[in-house]
Amino acid sequence: MTVLLIALGAALGAPLRYLTDRAVQARHDSPFPWGTLTVNVAGSLLLGAVTAIPAAPAVTALLGTGFCGALTTWSTLSYETLRLTREGARFHAVANALASVVAGLGAAALGYALAHALTG
Amino acid sequence: MTPPPEFRVDPDVDLHVPADRAELTAHPAAVLGAIAAGGVLGALARAGIQSAFPHSPTGFPWATFGINLAGCLLIGVLMAVIGARPVPPLVRPFLGVGVLGGFTTFSAYAVDAQRAVTAGAAGTALAYLAATLVGALVAVWVGDAAAARLLARRAAR
Repeated sequence: MTVLLIALGAALGAPLRYLTDRAVQARHDSPFPWGTLTVNVAGSLLLGAVTAIPAAPAVTALLGTGFCGALTTWSTLSYETLRLTREGARFHAVANALASVVAGLGAAALGYALAHALTG
Repeated sequence: MTPPPEFRVDPDVDLHVPADRAELTAHPAAVLGAIAAGGVLGALARAGIQSAFPHSPTGFPWATFGINLAGCLLIGVLMAVIGARPVPPLVRPFLGVGVLGGFTTFSAYAVDAQRAVTAGAAGTALAYLAATLVGALVAVWVGDAAAARLLARRAAR
């Protein structure tokens, strides 16, 4: 059952990363990878909230391991940073790496605090 | 003369690359289906490794650390191969966006660090944040450079 829930969450999360990335790029024609930053921060916010709620293991598997796990990515983030460095966009590369880590950690803490406050 | 490599920043989808721009409207079901199927395989592999190597809230999340570094190494290899030779159009959506995107996770990285801070292990959190960041960047560079060198050597033969 857990395996099926993880699979279902991932089957939604991975295409949503692709579609979000496309939608963000279509609106911001910039070398900065805003699309990946968006999904990584949004996924960290949601997973932070999920861990704050004493949820059933099924919810953690579906939303946490499956959906948030597949929505967010380290492979895309690191490849983007490598390419920006290669193309001479050093500032963008450093900003991308540091902003992802800081914003991701902040989003996880915010999601946790919000869910904790709402559920008591 | 080999053609200059295309300027692709985002391996998931880069709208500056004509093939990426056209793929969704041309084959929406195939592209999204390949990404979903790949994402399921990657996520299940990650979940299996994470449950085999659990960590306490104050402990170093070795499983997620290893998963993220391995995925970064492999995306470097994959993108070097895709950049060097023609591959079927669904290879990048399935393996790159789906399998490796589903395998690696940023949300667990951020939440693991946040939980370690909350549990009073700020040192572990900081070490984990920095080690993953540096390790991921070194891994993608090694994967890309090693694969590109091997492909160039084979092409020169």
